[in-house]
Amino acid sequence: MAASPTWRGFRDAFRRHPTAIAGGVILLVMIAIALLAPWLGTVDPQAVAPIKRLKQPSEEFWFGSDMMGRDVYSRVLYGARVSLSIGIAVAILSTLLGLAIGLVTGYIRWLDAIVMRVMDGLMSIPPVLLAIALMALTRASMENVIAAITLAEVPRVTRLVRSLVLTLREEPYVVAAIAAGTRLPRILVRHILPNIVAPLLVQATYVCASAMITEAILSFIGAGTPPNIPSWGNIMAEARSLFQIAGYLIFFPGVCLSLTVLAINLLGDGMRDALDPRLARRM
Amino acid sequence: MFAYVVRRLLATIVVMAVVALVVFLLLYLTPGDPAAILAGDAATSDDIRRIREKLGLDQPFLVRFGGWIAQLIRGDLGTSIFTNLPVAHLIGQRVEPTLSLTLCTLLVSVLVAVPLGVVAAARAGTWIDRGVMAFSVLGFSLPVFVLAYILILIFSIELDWLPVQGYRPIREGLWEWARHLVLPATALGTVYIALIARITRASMLDALAQDYVRTAQAKGLTPSEVLVGHALKNAAVPIVTVIGIGIALLIGGAIVTETVFAIPGIGRLTVDSILRRDYPIIQGVVLIFSGAYVLINLAVDLSYMLLDPRIRY
Amino acid sequence: MNHPLQKLVVAALIAAAPALAVAQGKVLKFIPQADLRILDPIATTAYITRNHGYMVYDTLFSIDDKFQVKPQMVDKWEMSKDGLTYTFTLRPGLKFHDGQAVKSADCIASIDRWSKRDALGQKLAEATESWAAVNDTTFTLKLKKPFPLTLDALAKPSSNVPFIMPERIAKTDPFKNLEDPIGSGPFKMVKAEWVPGNKVVYIKNTDYVPRKEAPSWASGGKVVKVDRVEWIYIPDSATAAAALNAGEADIWEQVPPDLIPLLSKNKSVTVKNNDPLGSMGMIRFNFLHPPFNNEKMRQALLYAVNQQDYVIGIAGDPKNGKPCFSYFTCGTPLATEAAADPLKGKRDMEKAKQLVKESGYKGEKVVIIDATDQPIVHSQSLLTLEILKKMGVNAEIQAGDWGTLITRRAVKEPIDKGGWNIFHTWLVGPDMVNPAVNFPIRGTGEKAWFGWPTDAKMEELREAWFNAKDLAESKKAAEAVQRRAFEFVPIIPTGQFILPTAYRANISGLIIAPINLLWNVEKK
Repeated sequence: MAASPTWRGFRDAFRRHPTAIAGGVILLVMIAIALLAPWLGTVDPQAVAPIKRLKQPSEEFWFGSDMMGRDVYSRVLYGARVSLSIGIAVAILSTLLGLAIGLVTGYIRWLDAIVMRVMDGLMSIPPVLLAIALMALTRASMENVIAAITLAEVPRVTRLVRSLVLTLREEPYVVAAIAAGTRLPRILVRHILPNIVAPLLVQATYVCASAMITEAILSFIGAGTPPNIPSWGNIMAEARSLFQIAGYLIFFPGVCLSLTVLAINLLGDGMRDALDPRLARRM
Repeated sequence: MFAYVVRRLLATIVVMAVVALVVFLLLYLTPGDPAAILAGDAATSDDIRRIREKLGLDQPFLVRFGGWIAQLIRGDLGTSIFTNLPVAHLIGQRVEPTLSLTLCTLLVSVLVAVPLGVVAAARAGTWIDRGVMAFSVLGFSLPVFVLAYILILIFSIELDWLPVQGYRPIREGLWEWARHLVLPATALGTVYIALIARITRASMLDALAQDYVRTAQAKGLTPSEVLVGHALKNAAVPIVTVIGIGIALLIGGAIVTETVFAIPGIGRLTVDSILRRDYPIIQGVVLIFSGAYVLINLAVDLSYMLLDPRIRY
Repeated sequence: MNHPLQKLVVAALIAAAPALAVAQGKVLKFIPQADLRILDPIATTAYITRNHGYMVYDTLFSIDDKFQVKPQMVDKWEMSKDGLTYTFTLRPGLKFHDGQAVKSADCIASIDRWSKRDALGQKLAEATESWAAVNDTTFTLKLKKPFPLTLDALAKPSSNVPFIMPERIAKTDPFKNLEDPIGSGPFKMVKAEWVPGNKVVYIKNTDYVPRKEAPSWASGGKVVKVDRVEWIYIPDSATAAAALNAGEADIWEQVPPDLIPLLSKNKSVTVKNNDPLGSMGMIRFNFLHPPFNNEKMRQALLYAVNQQDYVIGIAGDPKNGKPCFSYFTCGTPLATEAAADPLKGKRDMEKAKQLVKESGYKGEKVVIIDATDQPIVHSQSLLTLEILKKMGVNAEIQAGDWGTLITRRAVKEPIDKGGWNIFHTWLVGPDMVNPAVNFPIRGTGEKAWFGWPTDAKMEELREAWFNAKDLAESKKAAEAVQRRAFEFVPIIPTGQFILPTAYRANISGLIIAPINLLWNVEKK
């Protein structure tokens, strides 16, 4: 029988890890803020008013105004949407892609050698190049950023899935299933998949956090999402030289980004500890 | 084992070939070529067309690709379109700063992270453990450039202990070289520290639960002897793996660090060349980097044999 | 591909390192506005390359701060009574950095190469019958018809500048990038120490013979008062500010206005508007496709654009810029406010909307191409987007980097095939002072600047200006050009802004000019 943790075991393990719960709560709060942004006292995050540029936080501008007179509070709240979307989209896409490729290569030997070398090659192409190329091919957009970061993260997920499949393949119940003549797809779905889901989920949380930071770096280089549409990363990137003059421009999105990434990481750690401490070795 | 190494080296060449093709294709398909940038703002469409002709950019894909491969086989990485300097020379100028930054960062990270991870594992479940882990994750949660600015603000501007920017080659004095690398290595290293600390803790926990540890403790070895002499050695494999994987992260973060600290490294060269569409440089850098990356992974895989006698190829 | 010579140079540098520190003498560290990649000031109009040109090359004539043409490399010159022949004689003792004397043949070849790329040079070439060397230091220019702007052309201050190079180098195809920076200017480039993207090194040209007059813009005596100049490119402006404050650099060419407070706090640093002409921002249309192929649509925008907003958006502080309701750089002889009412008067959004309606605008999508790595371009894009939306125009921004923008603006297709409707850019003051150098207003259709406006009337008026015989006629002709410009609207000027220069207290002698010139600068 496949050994999968029971949900009760899951919950108990969680309770032993208050930091993981804290992480989960913070993440939920951020998601809520992102969804409810229009009703939280915001104005149009793209409305420019140069006369009112670079004002310190005040009654009118709760988080201050940026170099084009836009309201930083609104931009940070709406920025949550973009940052979180990118993080979650990259996590989901890279997980699904990595899962598909990893399952196949873990199982089919000759494909494995080729695919792994291709993955190596892919990992050595700078994501920056991919991002800028995509941006130049069409234009700066969220989709391009997601595509570029996903491509950079897929090899890592693939490696994880592959190593898990390689190990699981030798498990007695799998060998027995093969000997019994079970067809490949059924083996994959009934025996291998359930045991991969857990570590994969944990890895997905790390990918999500990493993607959000990478988005900020891409914006810094100028290959990120179009800066008139705010994301935490590009608010900071656009304001970077004003660090000492208008520190609030970096402080507020920075705190939000750090808190969220921290939360996601703690959540991931908690999930990993909860599921199986031995999983830690493979991550 | 020799056969294994040879096989991997051959595979490296295949990988590099694939990368070369992909990058060339990518650049070919990407609109924008250096002709427009070369011509300047006042140019006309006609000017751009003529410059493009002179650069040979209007030729079909296979002709250009073939030409580049032929050059490579001759050992020539090509010439930069903008500066007319050989690509090998341009990359060569930047190897020392990049290597210096990377090695210093690795050193700083490993020296800080491994002890952190060991301590956290030794005190697993306590507040020390949680604190260490949270601290290391914090380093991972801020983009490198924010960290870099904070460091400059504190150590260069306020305290005036360290220089703001720049790189000094080793031949100009070891002290200056080191001084200019402290802040960049620290900024870049914080990301790495988080990763390595976490993995160290996890694999140490795993190792500490093993039977041989209890045997060692029964034999009367001190806790630190147990930790380092037995547990750490066995935990080394995944740690080294992460270090290898992390090199890719390093290159990404290095670009930002090099920009903020004005270090003339390969990361900056890559980004500048990409923004300018200076094809020969982009192609050359990516090729070299992919080769280096694959070789590093090979070195990591081989190092497993040293660390874990059970692993043999 | 390591040349043995390069290895040798590196080895020599290593060996001489301690000695080098002493032998370097006075070193001036300068943070330039951009990164020097292209060494050829004829093949490109990039300002950084032009600045490099001023370091290593010299010109036959130069403009002074009163906009007068003054001889530089030329000792004496004469014009024949009919205005068809010019005779130039070079000053004695002019040498190139390789020791060769500067000869007439070098000058002729250089002017020839320049005239193949530069628009004003092309006009001169059209009017030229021949250049001929009388002897090594004297040469003549024979014209087919009088060309009153001859000397102005040879003294052109900004891109492309007719720098004088050795004949063998000047024979390089003007569409190919030359690599050998040998000139006869006050500095020599140390190419072996050049790290593109990081550092450019120049040393004093001890063989240079400066003129006796005081320096004024690029004219007068170019006396170098330091031994070595290092251009240190710092891509991050916060870092550059910190470097200047810490004394790691001496001069910062262009300070982003928002960072001025960081520098003003420091008693050892001075921030100054060293540039009398500043730069002019602009909105450029695509004349090939709707809706801006319709004159009324473009005129509509005239009533909606508020230059004050653009100036603040670009320059941050009203001190660093001002509105300029002219197609010619304000503060220069031809600047005028003729016909500027639509842009200058009270902003009239109602009139703008009305003109939009009259133009028959059907709600077509308008694409503004933007470069996010160029703050001046980017802030203008945001402002124009806002205005267009208020006017009821279906506008959007498509962002990329500068490389993407200048590639995309060369596309003549409609927007569903990768075209564009609007882009923004800016030009330095000297590049917009008159109808000759002001290329955005040209209406030569396919041969015009990106946007490709066809305006025969404008071309007539420009031709008339070329034939103006004195300043008074020139001003009238320029006014006529501007009137037409406000009708046809080839671009919309968005204001004049100045990026200040910052330098440390021990630096003196910085010439006030629209170009950053490094002779005459002293470091204590």
